[in-house]
Amino acid sequence: MDFVCNFPFFSILLSLFSGTICSILPGKAAKVVNRLVLIAVGTMSGILLLYLLGTGESFVYWMGHFPAPWGNEIRAGVLEAGMALFFCIIMYLSMAGGAHKLFDEVEESKHNLYYILINLLLSSLLALVYTNDMFTAYVFVEINTISACGLIMIRQVGRTIEAAVRYMIMSLLGSGLLLFGLCIMYDLTGHLLMSNIKESVALLMQNGDYQIPLIVSVALMCIGLCIKSALFPFHAWLPDAYGYSTVSSAAILSSLVSKGYIFLLIKMIYRVIGFDIFNNTRIIDVLFVFGLMGMIFGSLSAIKENDIRRMIAFSSVAQIGYIYMGFGMGTQAGMVASVFHILSHAATKSLLFIAAIGLTEVSGGSRKFIDLTGSGYRNKWSGVAFTAGSLSMVGVPLFSGFISKLLFAQAAVQVEGKMLAALIVLGISTVLNAVYFMKTVIRIYATTEDAPYPCMTFKDMKPYAVVLVFFIIVNVILGVSSQPIVNMIEQGLAMFA
Amino acid sequence: MGPNLLLNYGEAVAAILFCIGFTNLLLQTNLIKKIIGLNIMDSAIYFFLAQKGYIAGRTAPIVTDGVTSVEAYINPIPSGLVLTGIVVSVSVTALMLSLTIRLYIRYHSLDLDEIAAQLKREGR
Repeated sequence: MDFVCNFPFFSILLSLFSGTICSILPGKAAKVVNRLVLIAVGTMSGILLLYLLGTGESFVYWMGHFPAPWGNEIRAGVLEAGMALFFCIIMYLSMAGGAHKLFDEVEESKHNLYYILINLLLSSLLALVYTNDMFTAYVFVEINTISACGLIMIRQVGRTIEAAVRYMIMSLLGSGLLLFGLCIMYDLTGHLLMSNIKESVALLMQNGDYQIPLIVSVALMCIGLCIKSALFPFHAWLPDAYGYSTVSSAAILSSLVSKGYIFLLIKMIYRVIGFDIFNNTRIIDVLFVFGLMGMIFGSLSAIKENDIRRMIAFSSVAQIGYIYMGFGMGTQAGMVASVFHILSHAATKSLLFIAAIGLTEVSGGSRKFIDLTGSGYRNKWSGVAFTAGSLSMVGVPLFSGFISKLLFAQAAVQVEGKMLAALIVLGISTVLNAVYFMKTVIRIYATTEDAPYPCMTFKDMKPYAVVLVFFIIVNVILGVSSQPIVNMIEQGLAMFA
Repeated sequence: MGPNLLLNYGEAVAAILFCIGFTNLLLQTNLIKKIIGLNIMDSAIYFFLAQKGYIAGRTAPIVTDGVTSVEAYINPIPSGLVLTGIVVSVSVTALMLSLTIRLYIRYHSLDLDEIAAQLKREGR
């Protein structure tokens, strides 16, 4: 086994331990540690990705050198390494983009706590991405929830505490269902490692035994993860949690935390249940319908919203709907589109949150649309970035959103029976997206006579502007050179099997 | 289905308890009652696991009197899972309680709807 194969384990432990170390460091040092860890983990994931692309096959890493049915395992393929790299990039950019704002939002004595939470979140995300054991996945789902809750409530105002409580309640419902489904699955198969469960499930399906408990268990796990990733009817906690927490938290929560759960669901579909068995259940139809409903109702709520941050948050509901619609198609193409949309949405949504904070800063801190009029002129960098993000969300060519919509449409055409519904809703949702995002863009570039707020130039906000530029670059890379990325996703999904 | 249900009455009880806890966590407006619901829900799952891990006529998996035969002991893994689960549920309960205290200090109420109404009046 090559030395590179240790990297997934190193990255999880590094981020876990750096969280502990941050607790005794002052805020500034904790910030440096956090950035260094993100860079280190990102580099390791990048090297791992190159290595895996070279060898062309995934590997299993034994924790503590105990073989399969007893020991805990880590598994890495192209998709896992790529996701870890991508998560690190987005997290680094989100942290850097919100850093200047953190001093207004969080007491300075609590800054190191913030970095503990970020490191903990990173380690749990990495563990969710790499683990090959269902119970380990459950434990890290809970760690992810706790650290995400901390990220929401670290800004101590009434709204965020209430949002954190609502977030916790929904998340705990979700993880309760996940755990119960997991226990039934363990009861049926006698295994906790993903590959062993899959063999047993295939055997059960072949013999026709225990069909109902099996479906119940799969359904419980799916619903649990859907609740946690805020699929449409379970999204009530989302706008407050994203709208009032600190800006870095909002960007990270919307782009990474919910994606971690979705990635776990994808892993479960491929590696625990088996793609074909999953597609033969009715669960995918349910996911499909709720995905479609989310796409429409999320956008409708966003149109009604009068607060820019909450509007972006509601748009997340719609985008999560897209991802579940891809699952619901039940084809390989649909899944590829969903995974691409995870990347595209993560890159775009964090860009929008970070850009929106620049716009509100030059509008006296108000997030109401009426005060944002003309803010695109007062803070040109944020204005341009917000416009780029909006165009990507609407699906204009050159940006990542276009490619994911194209992939969804192509996937929909191949599915009999769901094609019409998917295409129509895709069309409606695109129009609705355009309504609220273009409305905002027009608003921030409308001219006003009396703007009592000061302008921001490049000199006032160098690091922030650089971060915005990087975000736009990530978006454009996803949009322009999408083919290699799609190939990578296909290769990664093939390794799952 | 009937005979199976009677045979596996422990699992059925666990499922019913889970539903009771789940509904409480979802529908109660009082935060303390919600947390109680959470604990009922989690305990139901541990009950389910313990039920599944027990094999009639065998003892706890601790070697006593030099008996090392596998046949003498129950499966230790579900017990391990229960322990891990308890750690997780204790920590989330602590977190929920601390959040509840903070909300109570600010709004002098444990009712989530009441708190939401007060927040709306604050208008922030």
